[in-house]
Amino acid sequence: MAILGNIHSIETCGTVDGPGIRFVVFVQGCPMRCAYCHNPDTWSFDENKKMSVDEILKEYDGVKEFCAGGITVTGGEPLGQIDFVTELFKEAKKLGIHTALDTSGILFTPNSTEKFDELIKYTDLVMLDIKHINDEEHKKLTGHSNKNILEFGKYLSQNNIQMWIRHVVVPTINDKEEYLTQLGEFISTLKTVKALDVLPYHNMAISKYEKLGIDYKLKNLKPLSKEDAIKARDIILKSISKK
Amino acid sequence: MSDYKLEDETSSVDTFDTKKQQNSNIKGYVDTRMQPSAGLKSIIADKLQQNMNIQSTAESQAQPKEMKDFVGGKWQHEINVRDFIQNNYTPYEGDASFLSDPTDATKKLWNKCLDLFNEEREKGGVLDMDTSIVSTITSHDAGYIEKDLEQIVGLQTDKPLKRALQPFGGIRMAQSACNLYGYLVDSSVTEIFTKYRKTHNQGVFDVYTPEMKTARHAAIITGLPDAYGRGRIIGDYRRVALYGIDRLIEDKIAQMTSLEGDMTAEKIQLREEITEQINALNEMKEMAKLYGYDISKPAQNAKEAVQWLYFGYLAVIKEQNGAAMSIGRTSTFLDIFIERDLQNGVITESEAQELVDHFIMKLRLVKFARTPEYNELFSGDPVWVTESIGGMGLDGRTLVTKNSFRYLHTLENLGTSPEPNLTVLWSRDLPRSFKEYAAKISIATSSIQYENDEIMRSVHGDDYAIACCVSSMVVGKEMQFFGARANLAKCLLYAINGGIDERLKTQVGPKYEPVTSEYLNYDEVISKYEKMMEWLAGLYVNTLNCIHYMHDKYYYEKAQMALYDRDVKRYFATGIAGLSVVADSLSAIKYAKVKTIRDENGLVVDYEVEGDYPKYGNNDDRVDQIAVNVIRKFMNMIRSHHTYRNSIPTTSILTITSNVVYGKKTGNTPDGRRAGAPFAPGANPMHGRDSHGAVASLASVAKLPFSDAQDGISNTFSIIPNALGKDEIFMGDPDLQIDCGCSSCELR
Repeated sequence: MAILGNIHSIETCGTVDGPGIRFVVFVQGCPMRCAYCHNPDTWSFDENKKMSVDEILKEYDGVKEFCAGGITVTGGEPLGQIDFVTELFKEAKKLGIHTALDTSGILFTPNSTEKFDELIKYTDLVMLDIKHINDEEHKKLTGHSNKNILEFGKYLSQNNIQMWIRHVVVPTINDKEEYLTQLGEFISTLKTVKALDVLPYHNMAISKYEKLGIDYKLKNLKPLSKEDAIKARDIILKSISKK
Repeated sequence: MSDYKLEDETSSVDTFDTKKQQNSNIKGYVDTRMQPSAGLKSIIADKLQQNMNIQSTAESQAQPKEMKDFVGGKWQHEINVRDFIQNNYTPYEGDASFLSDPTDATKKLWNKCLDLFNEEREKGGVLDMDTSIVSTITSHDAGYIEKDLEQIVGLQTDKPLKRALQPFGGIRMAQSACNLYGYLVDSSVTEIFTKYRKTHNQGVFDVYTPEMKTARHAAIITGLPDAYGRGRIIGDYRRVALYGIDRLIEDKIAQMTSLEGDMTAEKIQLREEITEQINALNEMKEMAKLYGYDISKPAQNAKEAVQWLYFGYLAVIKEQNGAAMSIGRTSTFLDIFIERDLQNGVITESEAQELVDHFIMKLRLVKFARTPEYNELFSGDPVWVTESIGGMGLDGRTLVTKNSFRYLHTLENLGTSPEPNLTVLWSRDLPRSFKEYAAKISIATSSIQYENDEIMRSVHGDDYAIACCVSSMVVGKEMQFFGARANLAKCLLYAINGGIDERLKTQVGPKYEPVTSEYLNYDEVISKYEKMMEWLAGLYVNTLNCIHYMHDKYYYEKAQMALYDRDVKRYFATGIAGLSVVADSLSAIKYAKVKTIRDENGLVVDYEVEGDYPKYGNNDDRVDQIAVNVIRKFMNMIRSHHTYRNSIPTTSILTITSNVVYGKKTGNTPDGRRAGAPFAPGANPMHGRDSHGAVASLASVAKLPFSDAQDGISNTFSIIPNALGKDEIFMGDPDLQIDCGCSSCELR
């Protein structure tokens, strides 16, 4: 029986979610509640738009010349539908399509990795989004511990899976030099990191929150400037290179 | 007669046409049948070239001295500018480093123009208007910006930016344009054009049927060139420089001689027209004389070549106020003269650039007096002085020359400008350095338009140009009868309401059986819609037949046509508006449930869509094929009617701005669009309904059959820079990012 994915939407011209122009699958449902999340409409696991692997690959086939970068699954939290994503990537690899997983890593289970072992067989790149290096602060920001997230990074490194580390710099929350340095130190322990993507916090999602009737917790926070994001990135890079 | 035939390369090609539009555009199918392999082509071309060279060596002795160092060929025996170009141009594959900065004269002159533009803006959009002298080729004395500084001279009237009075299209239009800016047309002119001289507008309204007038009033057909000049004709202005006026007149006289014998209406019409053309050529000479030039003979050097060519164009814009007065494809032609002067040490690069700068400056000054309705329809008062640059030749050589760079360089020397509409004919085979330079100028100025040379070359050969924004035509050989648009969305509402207009609530279309059920049934609506489209296509084509007959009769483009061959290939350009509204409406009817809401008289005035339906713009065949079928069917209906002067029917889906006006005049539609809301531009999906990203959206548009929409399919596509990818700084490109140049940041 075909596994169905719970899909939020599809974007055929993704330019920021992995190398090249990509076919981006947004899955529905995420356990995290990051205060600055810009896709709150993908949180709920209850929304229902089911698609099969075949349907998605068929849609990809219609635009493959243009989405030559490959397929990225993001969300929502793709690991919330790990069987479906594994199936999708498995079929995609049969067709020679580059596969990328954009995840928070939150659902990683260090003590039981069988499903992950299977998934990474078909995954070319993982974009791992580390929200906060400090566990206490991470809990405040997202409602969860970062332990499994960092474990997921180590797991990928051990299994030789390429990754990009993503980090959104949020003023007053994770932009302290101390945190950035610690983040750099952690990254330096991973041996398959191919890129560091430091993004300035923005508040363009506020209108989405209003529409959904969800309270936006960071209302009073100003977006981070590009310059400050560059500074933050340099601190992280410096810390990486020290090791 | 062989003198007036199309060249081999183009005459055997199917009459496909092509297009593109301001921001971005989707071309339809490429017809590759006519394309031999590149290798074969270049062998043929080499052979031809050798033959020509042998032939021309013998003949060059007899040539006048100004032609001495040009390679001869067919162009010496017939009016054949392409042949001259092919035999003489120098492709340029180098970079932009040779270009020169503006000269002091250029800077001074341009600053003066900028002052004039400012003054014009401050005065509310018009600096000055002529209210008494009817504009003709020779109506005004010479006019200058600053005579001593101008390398290239000639203005539409006696002063820069003074708008000419051009009442031949319609006296009321001329009055309305003047009144808009607080001017009043001289009463004697009004009297002449009311009592004694009929205008194009008057002619059209004399013959319109009541049905045509009603349809026009209800705006199911709209934007018609029955009150303004149709434009979309490109005279081959290069002929003036290459041959001189006398040789062109000689040729026209020979054409007259070829049109004797049985005097059919067609032949009589053509004879009268050619006589008009000869008159125009003589007037061009007179006009040039006012500026102290004798253009009866070929241009002898670069400066004369630019000047002669511009005089040809100037005559035309004095004589015609058309919607789109494009200049053609002149840069590579002029390069031949400039290159010769450079080689002979007659001019320097700086002087060459100055000629180009001054020429382009003149094109930036072109203005017409236009009415508020015109400005609303076209969002401003564009002239569409489109110049087509670059492209590839049929023999595989690029048509990019140094002068292609010089034209683009004017955007640096004079600053950015929407006119002239510099259009790069893009091919993947263009020299890399030219692509890079064009990209650089685009990034800096956003002032270059790009169109697909690959598709257009396969249809028109390698000497075509763009009229207006997208209408391609072989220079001097093909023209278009511009025909505005039919509103297919409104037509769907007529089908549902049995021909009653949803806004006016009066019978406009034929009184067919309306839909009487509460919910719309797809098969019923489609069958009614097809019948209504049949009616619309017939009415539309016949309305245009009236318009173009009268335009030829009362506002004939004698100066432009003087620079055409005798036998012109004419496209009968129709257009459609509201495609995506129709596709989504039909899809809603088919895949969701659409409930009708009726007014007290039972007229359907609104629709309720229950459930979801596939929307055009998401690469979903269920609805995309509906759009494809609508175009196919409508085009075939257009084709089934007689078109004026055996013109070849085409259609376009390319409203760029007028979609707003069409939307304003259309009621609620079954896709849920509200009355008065704008249609999507051109072939675009409706705003916000393409939810699968840009590629899926473009893929839907790309399915539209170009062969059934040969005058162009447009897709307006804007994107915020961030959506094209991140700045290098934040982009997670492995090499760029982590390995950021210094070894210390390298990850191990």
